[in-house]
Amino acid sequence: MLSGKGGTGKTLVSVNLAAAAKESTYIDCDVEEPNGYLFFKPENIQEEEMLVGIPKVDEKRCSGCRKCVEFCNFNALAYIKDKLIVFKEVCHSCGGCIILCPEKALTEKEKGIGKIQKGTSDQVTVYTGVLNIGEPSGTPIIKKLLAQNKPEANKVTFIDCPPGSACIVMESIADADYCILVAEPTLFGVHNLNMVYELVKLFHKPFGVVLNKCMVGENPAEKFCLEKGIKILGRIPFDNELGILNSNAEIAVRKSEKYRMFFSSLLETVKREVHHETTSNY
Amino acid sequence: MKIAIPVDEKSLESNVCASFGRAPYFLIYDIDTKESVFLENSATASTGGAGVKAAQMIADKKANILLAPRLGENAAEVFKAAEIKIYKTTTASAKDNIDAFIGGKLSLLNEIHAGFHGHRGN
Repeated sequence: MLSGKGGTGKTLVSVNLAAAAKESTYIDCDVEEPNGYLFFKPENIQEEEMLVGIPKVDEKRCSGCRKCVEFCNFNALAYIKDKLIVFKEVCHSCGGCIILCPEKALTEKEKGIGKIQKGTSDQVTVYTGVLNIGEPSGTPIIKKLLAQNKPEANKVTFIDCPPGSACIVMESIADADYCILVAEPTLFGVHNLNMVYELVKLFHKPFGVVLNKCMVGENPAEKFCLEKGIKILGRIPFDNELGILNSNAEIAVRKSEKYRMFFSSLLETVKREVHHETTSNY
Repeated sequence: MKIAIPVDEKSLESNVCASFGRAPYFLIYDIDTKESVFLENSATASTGGAGVKAAQMIADKKANILLAPRLGENAAEVFKAAEIKIYKTTTASAKDNIDAFIGGKLSLLNEIHAGFHGHRGN
């Protein structure tokens, strides 16, 4: 589930599709602000700290060649008055400086950047990634989340992406068989939809759109889909009942027969599309 | 003694640039020889850590003083290590701030912000 901005309904769609699928896995990759757990209220939580490597300098070995300073694309290193300074909040843990150092003066030191949690909610396995405030990149957490999930046959994994179309989203969809773009019925919504539309096209991922907050009258996001020939998977109404359930952190599928049927039908549509895409492309 | 100033244009009359790490140029002014050198700031295109890179460049030019309206914490740490003192600019033009500094009218910059990290600081 992707969208160009927050608040379009990625979590609404992911959580409800996962709940409609009953035996499934839900992964919250929006590590800066995970919220899927608020709906699932998972139990039996197992937690693991997320550690990354940052460089540590051995001053006796450092010759001051500055190869590491020049190499670092994020400017996490400075060499001042014959001393190397490491800016650990700026470092993206690529490890390049450690490989590059001709004097072997740099070694890896562990630093915690967040955590991953695994729990269960009915038959749904819920994974949540949490990035500590101030950390530059949640990508390592997403890699770990996705690596932890060992999908079983006939068990669908729903990945709730961070908003936008940056590196962190690219990492989240890396293994996805199908992408669902969630869009709002406004011009701004079209702008944001276009961002993720371009991304999934670039990655040659099969995709479809769920139009959220649909009202009577013109829907610019729908118009965009029709113009571009994009498959519309479903239309979620701008509905008071759904709004109330969602605001109370309830999973609509588990509380309302109407929405259980709606999301089960959406899930079937998605499954058909995935099947169609995988059989037609291979 | 050498003074460094982030500037918008390559001129002594230029305005001081509001951003340090992403200023287009740095003026290095030598008080003793009255010589001005303008450096292109190679940190402007950085994805991150522009302040660190720009501060490294100024330290490498052996500046003793930085005049700037504000500064991020990472750049401030580099200047501290380099023993470069930072004074707060008070007027628009680089030239007027140099004169004010020489006249002892500028005070040390003591509010250091947490950095904008890819966001515009306006």
